[in-house]
Amino acid sequence: MKFPENWLREWVNPELDTAALAHQLTMAGHEVDEITVQGANLDGVVVAEVLSVIRHPDADRLSVCQVTYGEDAPVEVVCGAPNVRQGMKAAFAGPGTSLPNGMKLRRSKIRGVVSNGMLCSAIELGLGDESDGIIELPADAPTGKPLTKYLALPDAVLDINLTPNRGDCFSVAGIARDIAAMTGAKLVSPVLPAVPVTSDTSHPVRIGTPSACPRFAGRVVRNIDPSATSPLWMIERLRRAGLRAIHPVVDITNYVMLELGQPLHAYDFAKLNGAIEPRFAKAGEILVLLDEREIELHEETLVISDDSGPIGLAGIMGGLSTAVSDETQDVFFEAAFWPQDVISGRARHYSLHTDASMRFERGVDPGIQARAVDRATGLLLSIAGGAAGPLTDVRDENHLPGVRTIELRRSQLARLLGTEIPSEDVEKILDSLQIDVKSKSDGWSTRVPRYRFDLAIEHDLIEEIARIHGYDRIPEKTETAALPLSAVSEKHTDLERVADTLVARDYREVVTYSFVDSKTDRLVTGQLSELVLANPISSEMAVMRGSLWGGMLGSAAINLARQQERVRVFEIGKSFHGTLAEPVEILRVSGLAIGAVHGEQWGSKPRPVDFFDIKSDLMAVLHLTGSAQHFTFAAQEHAALQPGQSAGIWRDGALVGMIGKLHPAIAKELDIRKDAFLFELDADAAFAASIAIAGPISRFPSIRRDIAVVVKEEVLAAELQQAVAAAVPELIREVRVFDIYRGQGIEAGLKSVALGLILQETSRTLTDQDADSAMQQAVRKLEQEFGAELRD
Amino acid sequence: MRAPGELFAAAQSRIADANNLAALDAVRVAFLGKKGELTVCLKNLSALPADQRPAAGQEINRIKKELQELIETRRGILERKALETQLHADAIDITLPGRGLALGGRHPVTRTMARIERIFRNAGFGVRSGPEIEDDFHNFTALNIPDDHPARAMHDTFYFPGGNLLRTHTSPVQIRSMAVEGVPIRIIAPGRVYRCDSDQTHTPMFHQVEGLVIDHNISFANLKAVLHQFVECFFERDAQLRFRPSYFPFTEPSAEVDVLWEEGRWLEILGCGMVHPNVLESAGIDADKFTGYAFGIGVERMAMLRYGVTDLRSFFENDLQFLRQFR
Repeated sequence: MKFPENWLREWVNPELDTAALAHQLTMAGHEVDEITVQGANLDGVVVAEVLSVIRHPDADRLSVCQVTYGEDAPVEVVCGAPNVRQGMKAAFAGPGTSLPNGMKLRRSKIRGVVSNGMLCSAIELGLGDESDGIIELPADAPTGKPLTKYLALPDAVLDINLTPNRGDCFSVAGIARDIAAMTGAKLVSPVLPAVPVTSDTSHPVRIGTPSACPRFAGRVVRNIDPSATSPLWMIERLRRAGLRAIHPVVDITNYVMLELGQPLHAYDFAKLNGAIEPRFAKAGEILVLLDEREIELHEETLVISDDSGPIGLAGIMGGLSTAVSDETQDVFFEAAFWPQDVISGRARHYSLHTDASMRFERGVDPGIQARAVDRATGLLLSIAGGAAGPLTDVRDENHLPGVRTIELRRSQLARLLGTEIPSEDVEKILDSLQIDVKSKSDGWSTRVPRYRFDLAIEHDLIEEIARIHGYDRIPEKTETAALPLSAVSEKHTDLERVADTLVARDYREVVTYSFVDSKTDRLVTGQLSELVLANPISSEMAVMRGSLWGGMLGSAAINLARQQERVRVFEIGKSFHGTLAEPVEILRVSGLAIGAVHGEQWGSKPRPVDFFDIKSDLMAVLHLTGSAQHFTFAAQEHAALQPGQSAGIWRDGALVGMIGKLHPAIAKELDIRKDAFLFELDADAAFAASIAIAGPISRFPSIRRDIAVVVKEEVLAAELQQAVAAAVPELIREVRVFDIYRGQGIEAGLKSVALGLILQETSRTLTDQDADSAMQQAVRKLEQEFGAELRD
Repeated sequence: MRAPGELFAAAQSRIADANNLAALDAVRVAFLGKKGELTVCLKNLSALPADQRPAAGQEINRIKKELQELIETRRGILERKALETQLHADAIDITLPGRGLALGGRHPVTRTMARIERIFRNAGFGVRSGPEIEDDFHNFTALNIPDDHPARAMHDTFYFPGGNLLRTHTSPVQIRSMAVEGVPIRIIAPGRVYRCDSDQTHTPMFHQVEGLVIDHNISFANLKAVLHQFVECFFERDAQLRFRPSYFPFTEPSAEVDVLWEEGRWLEILGCGMVHPNVLESAGIDADKFTGYAFGIGVERMAMLRYGVTDLRSFFENDLQFLRQFR
């Protein structure tokens, strides 16, 4: 809320300058977001009277005016404003004056007529964002008086970020009360003169459900002057507080709301049909709001009704049918107390958020309704005349919030804050907050004002004491705690190690959004996710990702477009699956490589990355588990991957990831102009780790034997390796694939696979005979299982 | 045939003249090889009268030995020279860049989160995680934010049809951890959180590290100490903090913490407070016996301050030129 400082200082005037006041407010929990100074740099601008106006001889839209601003002789001024007229009071800036917008005035000729200054608009004076001409000052504005003096300028506006628990501070009176408590300055609550009741007209109010409306105050004011306008001082205050003047009656309700915190509504009395009754809406009832929106009401909505049906949304917004207008002569003011739970969430339900609903949701003082009506009446009588009827004040004490009693233990206060605050300070603080306090043996018994909806339990009082005492005065104390050791597990690979390994292999970590657009997600998962946000920021961020690939490819496309020819990235994050009712989150580690396998180098030709490059990167992280031998790769199709270059990664019978080349059709859709290779692992399943158990190592030399066999294309290298290893498991330590050959000498559809066998025994040196025999067994197995032919 | 003495002189000069290993070897063969002149002299000893043979033999062997020594010395010299030549030829431009893979890098946000984690781990905090798609109970109700509470409006929540939501803070992990582990408890919960807000200073996804300590006699003074120490550990320098009263439904008293930054500006870095008794009680903890504090650190904010990042959004654009600045 925006608080004009001058207004605030009428209520409480601590001996602090603006900055110090703002600092105190901030340190007491009312964060001052911004201070804007209104009406600065207006030196030299004075109140002036327009003595005469004649048309400029050479310009239809300009006038030549005689203007007086005090003792000197009148001066001639050229003015372009449509509203300039003889006898009006205006703001005048003479030659030499600098205006806030940077304009420096000089005596100048405008179309041949000398102008000795300027009559100013609100915009030119920095006093508003809109104007229909020059600013018109009241007729009684003293000619010659500096404008700053006349309008109490400059005025600092403190924009305070009020927390939602402090509904009691949503007004000048409320924040002033808190300033008085924190500074010790005296709170000045202006005394209102009694409202002269000169009419006997009142309007019946029926309360059917007192729990929903425990208090309703109102009054009829008849025969106001419909042509009256709001006084400049009020318009100025409203403007500085961020509200626009609309109509004197509406301006008054807004003014009283800002001043006292009580939202009011004014009805055109002539348009009311029978008794006013707050009640819950009937389903399907229709109401046209002040802003001309038609809404269909919900049964939990409290409305104000009369015989014609609903005429307003209680505590939120009035209806159009009974709104005041320029013809209104009779007004009915309403100031009600709506309990928080009756208003909460209702405005949001209708996509509304009004000054009134904001206050009622946070809690309005149940003791100020009559005062608010009186204040509004007094203002209306002085601005637009009229005759006030008697005050209506229907209330049900049983349903009004009572004065709460809260016990405060001295021990709990010290325990929670970690410091002792002297009892007399505690009592002084509570007293300053208008909390009744009675000392007891173990602490205090307190009674808190009804407007402090935020004070319900002991903790709340402790916070109040800490807040006023000052958080900065509470010392720092490091806690002592039991510090049992905890295991550093090797049963699961630390993902920090996984990340570091990928970094060491030239991958850069990215963080992409957990939500993507539906099309991309479908492209990379082949599935339509059910997990679509009801209120996404945009359609590009609407679906929870089923794979990390979507976001990574998106950022790759952007980087490629920004001349990055080589993209190697990884991400660790969750993907989302399952149903709306039972969502499933899987932590994933995903990688993407595009472009040359190495950055450009002087010693070797660039080579584009391929499947086996990223397979090697992937194996590097899988080796961290100590169980790399448990992983197998099986050719497997995937919606996002190119068939034939796509594999499932299996571990002990479970699919734990995918690896492959991005499908060219998808690459095209996603604007990836180069071959892209991807992997994705389920972190929990893939990175379970086994603890290494050291076995004997052999001190005897190993023997290497190489064989090359010709097999059909479909036979997989891994199958050959496994068969050979299994042929003589006690001797064969390792089987390496060291060449694949196709071409001359090999029939089409066949390939030659060269295998290197490492043979070793732990207890003796192998003989050539041992090796020859093992080789023969291996070859025999390959012949039997794969129809392999030994190649010479 | 030349006399041994003559041979020696000739060989000596040829050895000295040999300027590479091959030439030297040729000299050796010419004199000491199977058919070398000196070898032939030795063979021809038998032609001498028997009484002259021992002296002649001795003389020849002496010369042979001397020549061998000369050759070895010369060989040593030539080998050293050859090595020098070779080394010279092998010299490389050591300023050329190395080959192979370069180093990638961590993302500044995860790096920051990992550092925060380590700081608290070192002080005995456990690290916990929880789901990102949460239910209303864990994200709001159990945290003392009932339905239609105005504080909900502060959260700009992303909802799913049916009522689930994306967690707006990592505080639900408090609730889940208290339910599983009970008290005393001393944990942090790092992770992604989501708010329906996107402009220059807000991204719809960001990261938080929630902290929770509950024990007998945990106080606001303890909270002030731990956060002050944390900020100094994080920035590796002395820091001035200020605790401002604020409002969070799940803590009471609540505070926002500002750190004094350059040019005397106070920058808000985190929110914290003493755990609200309603939160303790909804987790079945006796609020008269236990007290606790909780805090929520904005990871991006910390990363921006630490690494001089001025645009929050750059964290999620993943422009490689930006990311390359972090290793």
